[in-house]
This record gives sequence, C-alpha cells and structure tokens, in this order.
Amino acid sequence: MPSADKTALQVGDVTKRFGGLIAVQNLSFALAENEVLGLIGPNGSGKTTMMNLISGALRPTSGEIRLYGDDIAGVGASRIANKGIARTFQLVRMLPGLTVLENVSAGGVFGHTRRWGKELDDYAQALLQRVGLPNAGDVAVTALTYIDQKRVELARALASDPKVLLLDEWLAGLNPTELKTGIALIEQLRVEGRTIVIVEHVMHAIRSLCDRCIVMSSGVKIAEGTPREVLADAEVIRAYLGDADA
Amino acid sequence: MDIIIIGLLLGGTYALMAMGLQLQYGVARIMNLANGEMLIAGAFGTFWFFTASQASPFYAIIGIVPFAFVVNWAIYRILIVPLVRRARSQGQLEVDCILGTFGLSFILVGILLAIFGGQYLSYSYLARPIFILGEPYGLNRVAAFLGSAALCAGLYGWLHHTRAGLSLRAVSVNPAAASLVSINVVRTSALAFALGGAVTAAGGALLSMFLTFDASLGVVFTLKALIIVILGGVSDIRGTIIAAFILGLAETTVATLVDPGLTLAAAYVLFMIILLVRPEGLFGRRSS
Amino acid sequence: MRQPLAQSLGAAVQLSGRETRSLAIAALIFVAVALVPLISSGYLLSIATSILFYTALATSWTLFSGPTNYISLATAAFFGIGMYVVAWGIELMPYPLLILLAALAGAALAVVVGLATLRVSGVYFVIFSLGLAELVRQIMTWLQHVLGTLSGLYVLIDRTEEEYYWQLLALTAVIFLIGWWIGRSRLGFALRIIGNDEVVAVHSGINTARAKVILFVISSTFAAVTGALAAPRWSYVEPTVAFSPFLSFQVVIMALLGGVHRLWGPLLGVIPFTLLWELISANFPAQTTLLLGATFLLIVYLIPNGVVGLLEDALRQRRRLLQSAGGLLARGGGASGPVKSLLARWRSRNA
Repeated sequence: MPSADKTALQVGDVTKRFGGLIAVQNLSFALAENEVLGLIGPNGSGKTTMMNLISGALRPTSGEIRLYGDDIAGVGASRIANKGIARTFQLVRMLPGLTVLENVSAGGVFGHTRRWGKELDDYAQALLQRVGLPNAGDVAVTALTYIDQKRVELARALASDPKVLLLDEWLAGLNPTELKTGIALIEQLRVEGRTIVIVEHVMHAIRSLCDRCIVMSSGVKIAEGTPREVLADAEVIRAYLGDADA
Repeated sequence: MDIIIIGLLLGGTYALMAMGLQLQYGVARIMNLANGEMLIAGAFGTFWFFTASQASPFYAIIGIVPFAFVVNWAIYRILIVPLVRRARSQGQLEVDCILGTFGLSFILVGILLAIFGGQYLSYSYLARPIFILGEPYGLNRVAAFLGSAALCAGLYGWLHHTRAGLSLRAVSVNPAAASLVSINVVRTSALAFALGGAVTAAGGALLSMFLTFDASLGVVFTLKALIIVILGGVSDIRGTIIAAFILGLAETTVATLVDPGLTLAAAYVLFMIILLVRPEGLFGRRSS
Repeated sequence: MRQPLAQSLGAAVQLSGRETRSLAIAALIFVAVALVPLISSGYLLSIATSILFYTALATSWTLFSGPTNYISLATAAFFGIGMYVVAWGIELMPYPLLILLAALAGAALAVVVGLATLRVSGVYFVIFSLGLAELVRQIMTWLQHVLGTLSGLYVLIDRTEEEYYWQLLALTAVIFLIGWWIGRSRLGFALRIIGNDEVVAVHSGINTARAKVILFVISSTFAAVTGALAAPRWSYVEPTVAFSPFLSFQVVIMALLGGVHRLWGPLLGVIPFTLLWELISANFPAQTTLLLGATFLLIVYLIPNGVVGLLEDALRQRRRLLQSAGGLLARGGGASGPVKSLLARWRSRNA
C-alpha cells in the first residue's frame, strides 16, 4: 500500500527542450513510496524523455527532480544509479560478451547496494530464480529469446535493490502468453512494495498494475488519477483517438 | 600583421585538405587515417609533373583529381565495404576503419618510399615576392591560396546547388532518413569517399607549391585535417573552412613568436581546448 | 592429490582451485624464462630480450586498450618520457630512483591526457593518441633547444645484458600480476561492462570516465618504466629515437595479432612478429613499412580476434565435433558401419 507520508520521487515543473522542440513542458508529479505509477500517452508525448530525465540519461532544461528530497536533476546517470534509481530500456540492452549471471551481477556491483564475490553470485542467482531463469546462469545472452533477455534486464535492474525502479515499455513486443507471465512478474514486485514508474502502451497491464496514472500528450500532463478515472477521461480519449471518438 | 596574412594564406590552403577529410568522415562516416598519405601522393605527383614538364602545377591538378578519385573509389569498394558489412555497431565500424585505413597508410608510405625514396622533395614555382599592404609574401603561397579558394568555392557550390550535392549533405545529417527518401546511401558514401580523396590530393598538390614534403609526413597532415574537422564540427562544411583558418593562424603565430618546430603543439592546444570546452565542434550539433 | 593442495592454498587468498593452478603454471613459466641467460648468450639472449621487451609493452597496452576497445597509438610518448627522465637524471640521482620518477612522469601525463580525452568518444582518443608521441617529441626538442642542452644524451651505467633481461622479466611479471589482479577486481568487471555497452555501464552506477582514466594511467606508467629500463641499453637517447612512432605501431600490431581479450594474448603476437621483423629487417630493410601495413590489414580483415581468437574458435569447433560425434555414436543408428568405426577411432585418438 502506498505510504502517503513518504514521497519517493518529486518532479517539479520540469521542462526539456531539444532546440526548438519542447519534449516535456512544465511537468510536475509526485511518486509516493511503494506506489506503482503509470506514465501513459500516445507516441511522441514525452514519456520516454521523462524517464530519461529521471534516470539521468538526459539533463532537464529547467525544473527539479528530487529523490527522497535529494535533487538529482542534471546529475550524471551513474550518480543517480548510485543514489538508488534503476531502469530497463525500451530496446533491451544486453552485455553480449558476458554470461547471463554476469549480466545480472553487473547491476549489483556499482549501484545503490554493492556486493562482490560469492555474496554477489548467490544474490544474482536468487534474482535469476525470481524472474524465472533458474538455470540460465552460464548461458551466453545472445542465445536467449527476447522475453528471456527482458527477464535478465529486469533482474539486472533489481540487483541494485533500487529505491525507484523505472520500467520503460518493458512489456512491449511480447506475445499473449509472455505478456501474462510478464504482468505477473511485475505484480509480484508490486506486492512486495517496490516503488515503480511504468511507461506502457498495454492498457490492461496499466489497469491491473498501477495505483495511479499520469497521461501525457505532446509533452504536457493532461490527466492524473486512478487508471479507471484516467482512461474514461474525455481529454485522454481525444489524445489517443482523435476528436470523433471523444 | 604579416602573421595574420600568412596565417590566412596557410589556413585557406589547409581548408581544401580538411574538406576532403570532412567528406570522408562527415558524409561517408569513415575515419580515414590514410588521408595524409593521399595528400602526400598528390604533392609527389605534382612534383614529378613539374620537374618532368616544367609546366604550371595547376595543370597537374587536372590529372591528379580524377586519378585520386578512381583510386579512392577503389579503396572504398575493396577495403571499406567489407568492414561496413561486417560491423555490428557504429563504434565497431569506427575502430575497424581506423585500423584498416591505418594499415593502408603504411602500405601507401611503403609504395611512396619505393617510388620516390626517402629524401625531401620540393620544387620552386612562383617563388617571387608579391606585395600585399606593403609587405612581401611568397607568390606561390598566394597562388596556392587562390587555387584552394577557387576549388573550395566550387565544391561548396556543388554541395549546395546540385542534387548530387544535396544527397551528400542529406547522408551526412542522417543516413537512415536519407535512405528513406530513396537516396542510395552506399553509392553516395562511395562518391563522398572518392571525392574526399580527390579533394585531399588536390590540396596536396597546392601545398606542394610552397612546402617541402617527404614520404613520412602523412601522419602530421592527417592529424591537422582531423583536428580541423573536429574543431569545425564534423557534419558542417562551413565549420571546416573556418576551423582551417583558425589553425592556420594559430600555427603561424606559434611558429613566428615561439618556435617553428612547435606547429603540431599549436594544433594540439586547439584540439584540447575544443575537447574540453565544446566536443561537438564550433558548428556541430550536440547529440543528447 | 594435487587438487586439495591447490584448493587449500587458494582458499587462503580466496582463489579457486583452478586459479591457483594457473598461477602456479605461470610462476613455473617465469622461472623457466628466467633461466635463459644462464644457458645461452649472444644472439639467443638478444632475441629473448627483444621478446620480453615487446611483451612488457604489448601486455601493458592491452591492460587498457583490450577491455575498453580504445586503441591507443601513444605508447612511444610514455616510453620516451621514461627514457628521458633517466637520461636527464643519470648524472644526478641513483638509477632506481629515476625509474620511480619515470613512472610518476608517465602517470602524470596519462592523467592529463586521460581526463581530456576519455570523456568523449573513443575515436577522439585514438586521434589524440596518434600525434601525442610526435607532440611530446616536438616539445622535448624545443625544450632542449631552449635550455641549451645537447640534443642527444648519453646514458651509461654499469649493467650487464643478463641484468637487463632480468629487470625486463621482473617488470613483465609485475604487469601480468597486476593484469590478473585487475581482471578479478571490480575495476576489471567495470571495464568489461564499459567495453560491452557504455550506456548500461553508466546506468549501472559506474563512473566510466574515472575507470578508464585509472586504467589508462596504469597502462601508461608501465610503458614509461619500460622506457626507463631501456635507456641504458639504447645508451644514446635523442628525441627521434625515444619517441619513435614505429614503436607505438609495432606494439599495437603485436597486441592485436595475439589477441587482446586474454592477458596472455599479446604474448602470442609478440613472438611471431618479433621473429618476422628480425627476418624482414635483416633481408629487406626498406620494406619494413610495408610489412607493418600488411600485418595491420591481415589482422583487421582476416583475424580480428587475433591468434587467441583462432585458437579458441578451433577449440570450440573441436568440442562441437566431439559432441556431435559422441551423439551419433550414442544414438547407435544413423551412421553406417564404416563411418561408425571411423568416428570411433577418431574419437578415441582425440579423447
């Protein structure tokens, strides 16, 4: 259950400009501890840009981003990772020269929590078990299927025991069976109280996983509320489907 | 004052060789470390032409440009295309190209050594003074500068006022998008690479009018061309021209006021400043 | 019988049994190599010294350029600095102190170069390194001109061929030891991650710039120390000799030829190339440049992973063949009589 008294992430009036293009405009929201927040909107609305701003891959043009009160706007991505934010990527990024176990371990050595040696191996192995790949430790990542690579990436993000987990379209590109497994995995994370921001297009996942939703369109927040409220909102429908269906 | 004029004359002549590299790196996206050797080949070719025929080196350029074009086209097809096909990422391709063209540069130096030997070569052409603002300057420097300016202007015009030139500029900005508007990126890259080599050889021909060359100097010119291109911003030809002038001025200033043996140091100081302050170059676009 | 001993020894330092065994083998090899001056002299010793010299340079080069894929063409810059520190100080200070100073000088230059160039793309680093040796040479020449000293300096100390050999061997041993230690450490892991995908590395909390700079400093310091050791051997030190670009290129070729993804990779490139170089420079001295170029192209186009890559590919093929042959035999059917007996014979020969 989200604890209302602790704000894990505070995004305050953030704007990101790329030359003349305004990707994110005066966006503000708060993420409570243990909450699962959905960030949705049509393509090009600025969701992934916002994720990149939080994870430090991009630097905001203006505004502030606070992680448990600590200002992380514009601080480099590696330092933000050290402070406790971990993410997955829209297009899975594996480390091809490393085994599966090493890929997972990579997240747990330099990040928010640091482990090494046998402790690290055991921890990574436990995570692999967690995401459903108990025997894949020595396999080369290039031999894995797409869903399995996604699992490895999730395990890698979890390896640092992050304070905030960012899932950037983690469910994209999965077939119906894989989708069910994937949603179940994230549901588990939710049940154990992880603070998560999800960017997704898969609406039934958003409905079942998110406590709250923020809808973006052309860089601006157009709705905020529970998934049911937000998906019934006329503005939101117009943003996705155009005027005729509103 | 004469530092400025000499610096500008030198810079203007450097501009041509830098434009050659800019076509190869900015458009074809090939880091060609054999660029300097192509320049030397142009210089040596002109030397040979001049000593054999006593005719103006400008005529040599007429022969050198198409020859260099064909040779560079062949280099692209035979050496570069297999690397492009094999590369799994842009970073991997860059490393492969660097090593491959580096090896090529040694082969070219070996060939040049075999043909011309290891001695220093220079010739005397228009070695008379011309008076600008009351001071004497080498007529050969001025002639080289004018030749370079003419060729640069021609190239710039071609790039900005013809369809072929437009496709080259499109590929330098975004190859993927260029292919979507049905520009044949492979052919355009080959064209850019070949044209770049030809331009560099022409630059070498012009520089040979007032500089002394030997077969091992290629590396220094490659470096200068690279520094100019990076200083100007890899994808923009205006930046290359301006950066060439800056380098020419910096080199001449250091050579006159400190020591003529420190010209490379001057170039490196510029390089370090640009890397520390603005790595995308003067006219470059920062990729977020 | 051997296994428990290795394990208990290794347990003391937290090593696996296999690691302890590799260390033991490496130690034996080093002892064997150390005995060379005692059993031969003259030409064989000088070849062995050459091999050690290039092994030190190529292996320390690989420490940095191997995992990061940043090709450094600047070995001669650091080597030359090490040489010059000794050349300048030989009349004033004891030799061992000069070696230490050479290391510090190399490290200082590496910090400056690293901080300037390792935060931007690898291509810029390569370009910068390309001219670095030439740049340092020009500055050195100018400094000597300004300070009024002679262009060439004599470095004459009382040291035998054997002692030089053993000094190089000690240096090489240290390089391997440090390389092995880094490979097991967090730093080594960080570099492998950086070499695979720098974006992931950054988002995993790795300060990539710092990791690269640290490793670059370590690698360059070893190059400087090699220069310091070589100075008395060269005995006449002047800028074109100390900062020879050929040295940089030879080191790169040998390392790439051997294979940069294993610590012992460069060694496999040094040995054949040194021998080949001796051959060519003795018989066709004018073609050495062509040899360098041809080898470069050979590596890039035919053996991008070096000799190590070829060996490991061959081993993998063999394992696969054995597995499928074993599979065929196990299944019984499939292979007809003569083929079966052929496979069985081949397998028993190679088991």
